[in-house]
Amino acid sequence: MMTFIWISLLLVILSMAALLYRVFRGPSIPDRLVALDAIGVMLISSIALLTVLFDTRFFLEVILLIAIMSFIGTVAFSKFIEKGEIIERDRNS
Amino acid sequence: MKTNDVILQTATKVVFFIIFLFSIHIFFAGHFTPGGGFVGGLLTTGAIVLLLLAFDLKTVQNALPFNFMIVTAIGLLLALGTAASSLLFNIPFFTHAFDDVYLPLFGVSALHTAMAFDAGVYLVVVGSTITMIQTIGGDS
Repeated sequence: MMTFIWISLLLVILSMAALLYRVFRGPSIPDRLVALDAIGVMLISSIALLTVLFDTRFFLEVILLIAIMSFIGTVAFSKFIEKGEIIERDRNS
Repeated sequence: MKTNDVILQTATKVVFFIIFLFSIHIFFAGHFTPGGGFVGGLLTTGAIVLLLLAFDLKTVQNALPFNFMIVTAIGLLLALGTAASSLLFNIPFFTHAFDDVYLPLFGVSALHTAMAFDAGVYLVVVGSTITMIQTIGGDS
């Protein structure tokens, strides 16, 4: 069972490297944005696998924290692509 | 052109309270497990930044009518006061005291003065980061 989890951790890290290629060489900005969001998902899954490996509960809050931060970052980037500014002064004017 | 962001605004009204409750949880979990005032303050800032993203600066200032520089000052006063109050009892600076107290709703719980110091750190982090973001975002 442990070798199975080690191999899946290796696969997750490999897919993270492939996503990093897409971040650096992505033809368009939305490609890079989706790749960054997917890197967040890969970080979450690697921490979940480490939680199983180390048999501890202390990493579970880290998973939720990375999920929240990745969500806010993705929303901020997509708003920047959509509108050109992140925090508006008055959205009705 | 006016963009239609009803989905983002409706989701934010729910997600804000989830993030805020999680930040409170991480603040109180910080005594024995990972977490604490600094991370809790940063998460609260994240929740307010989400509000700023979905709405705008004016709406959020109407919804949260604090002057965040005064919040920073209150936090610094709380942290330094907790640290310095041990000098009144003729024990070294930053010595922390704790006791098991019976509280009506929670049962027997451990109260530490380090918690008040952590609350000060929380207020300082929230106040200073929101002041920075409002100052940067307020430029026209």
